Amino acid sequence: MSTLELETHIDPAKMQVSDEVAIEISGMNKWYGAFHVLRDINLTVNRGERIVICGPSGSGKSTLIRCINRLEEHQEGSIIVDGNELNSDLKNVDKVRSEVGMVFQHFNLFPHLTILENCTLAPIWVRKVPRREAVDRAMHFLEKVKIPDQAMKYPGQLSGGQQQRVAIARSLCMMPRIMLFDEPTSALDPEMIKEVLDTMIELAEEGMTMLCVTHEMGFAQAVANRVIFMADGQIVEQNEPKEFFNNPQSERTQQFLSQIIGH
Amino acid sequence: MSDLSYVRKDMLPEKAPPVSEVGAIGWLRANLFSGWFNSILTVASVYLIYTLVSSILPWLWSPTWSAGSLSECREIVAELGKEHGGACYGVITERWQQLLFGFYPQELRWRPILTFVLLFVALAPVLFTDGVPRKMLWFTGLYLFLAPWLMWGGAIWTPLLVIAGLALGALAFRVLSGVIGALGATIAAIVAPILFWLFLVGPLSSALASIIPLGIEVVESRLFGGFMLSVWIGVVAIAISLVLGVVLALGRQSDLMIVKYLSVGFIEFIRGVPLITLLFVASTLLNIFLPPGTNFDIILRVMIMATLFASAYIAEVVRGGLAALPRGQYEAADALGLDYWKSQRLIILPQALKISIPGIVSTFIGLFKDTTLVSIIGLLDPIGLTGSIRADANWNGIVWELYGFIALLFFLSCFTMSRYSMWLERKLRKGHS
Ligand SMILES: Nc1ncnc2c1ncn2[C@@H]1O[C@H](COP(=O)(O)OP(=O)(O)O)[C@@H](O)[C@H]1O
Ligand SMILES: [Mg+2]
Repeated sequence: MSTLELETHIDPAKMQVSDEVAIEISGMNKWYGAFHVLRDINLTVNRGERIVICGPSGSGKSTLIRCINRLEEHQEGSIIVDGNELNSDLKNVDKVRSEVGMVFQHFNLFPHLTILENCTLAPIWVRKVPRREAVDRAMHFLEKVKIPDQAMKYPGQLSGGQQQRVAIARSLCMMPRIMLFDEPTSALDPEMIKEVLDTMIELAEEGMTMLCVTHEMGFAQAVANRVIFMADGQIVEQNEPKEFFNNPQSERTQQFLSQIIGH
Repeated sequence: MSDLSYVRKDMLPEKAPPVSEVGAIGWLRANLFSGWFNSILTVASVYLIYTLVSSILPWLWSPTWSAGSLSECREIVAELGKEHGGACYGVITERWQQLLFGFYPQELRWRPILTFVLLFVALAPVLFTDGVPRKMLWFTGLYLFLAPWLMWGGAIWTPLLVIAGLALGALAFRVLSGVIGALGATIAAIVAPILFWLFLVGPLSSALASIIPLGIEVVESRLFGGFMLSVWIGVVAIAISLVLGVVLALGRQSDLMIVKYLSVGFIEFIRGVPLITLLFVASTLLNIFLPPGTNFDIILRVMIMATLFASAYIAEVVRGGLAALPRGQYEAADALGLDYWKSQRLIILPQALKISIPGIVSTFIGLFKDTTLVSIIGLLDPIGLTGSIRADANWNGIVWELYGFIALLFFLSCFTMSRYSMWLERKLRKGHS
């Protein structure tokens, strides 16, 4: 387990989970060709929930959260995000994508655009926000992730941790109601992990609905209200963090936890 | 304390490098005389260059600009008693206008010159994106219609009607997209203007011209020639093939089966056929398929073939650029909710085209030089003109000076393109790695 020290002055009162359903996945199956990658996934996420998904490599964690904004298509079952069902109707897909932010392991910033342009592009072209307003909004979120002074630089000139924070700011500029994180810190050097996690904790405090694939167990304990363990394309176990770490039920989970704690 | 323990007490300051590493001597040693083998190569190369230059320069330096024939030239050179003989520039003095303009009427030559100068005005906002006001793009758009009119002349109504055709397409799209859906409207928006241009522009233009005769003198295609013709064909083919090539490259990557296989089929067919075959099709075979009596301009036909030919190559070059982009770029664009066209235009193509610049410019340079092939189907480009010049009794037997002059014209154009592409690559490399 990562022995990261996080400043966790989290006010639980601020992190209320509402009864409103944000994401509803039921009976979902997905195949890559003949390979059954996700098997009978049922998952309901309420607004304001912070969910951490962990599991061994290749267990389908990325595929699962990529199905939520249809970067991957599922073949069976249903995924309903904010009341929009994801199916072949492209209008729904576009709507969901503009409501759901995603942060990738390798940042995926646009290298030919400045940091500011990275952040204003989608609001201007998708949301039709006037340029001035988009710039103000971008600067607001860049301040929030603590790099407003880098706005005129290009992504290649920033450190990994800074790039990932820009990627978070870029997503936030679309004012999403749900944020997906796919191993946001696994491509970072140890000293940069903390700055990204701090940003994510701040988001959680503000009540953002978050689904986060990560192996940062310190982060999971600090902010998650539910931890999901996946193996072989299935949800094997889910529980609140304390129970999950102290009292894992399934053998697979115990094995997995003992492995990552070994490091 | 053990022997292994060591702690540095004071940090070392930076020192200047030894003399052998810097300055002229350092440079010579590093680049020309590093080791005996390289030293021998250096000496041998210097000798070779000296021999070449010392025999070519005296030949080049030859005051024969005013000679009216090859024999007159030879007399001048003989009088000078030059060891290696001398070049005979009289042919260029006499024929340079023809080599540049072909048989374009002398008093109208301001038109191609103006077209050429305006070309740079039109290109400026495209080539030098910063420092040139974006509003200039309006002129670039207008130039597409202005240039053919200046070159071929005729009633002002023709270019105006061609623009009207575009407006017709846009209108068809507006009106029909609500009625028959986006795909049908797109097809209508493409077909309507083409039908309009093919069947209505001609008669309408003459009708309008008979009422209000506004226009400039017509210059027929058979009078086009010389370097002007090469540039005219080259520029049009380059401009259109870039657009068409990008569309084909995207088509080849499309999820729509029909679009994909049409693109692949077109690209593979065109790349499998020599340009000269396409030019022969343009010059002879096309007449068989066209309804008798249609007068489809030969230069236009050649332009179409050259454009199709180059676009297939551009498509492949651009496809390479598209393939080089990490998948993450597509995914990030999708995840932000950008639709296909927006993500192509704002994210994918700017990066893919940047990667493809060297390949694109090579294709353009190749295409520009290939325009000399039109001499084979009887167009009078510079190469086509050399035949008649060398058949002239005065200049019978002249080779180096004539072809050297043409080579120089092509070299200057191609070298400029190559330098521009290097400048562009450097500029786009700014900031990002
Ligand atoms: N595009 C794809 N085509 C085929 N198989 C894939 C593809 N993407 C992922 N897989 C496979 O699906 C499984 C789950 O992948 P992934 O969701 O990335 O796992 P995780 O994120 O948990 O490491 C892996 O076995 C992987 O090899
Ligand atoms: Mg993964």
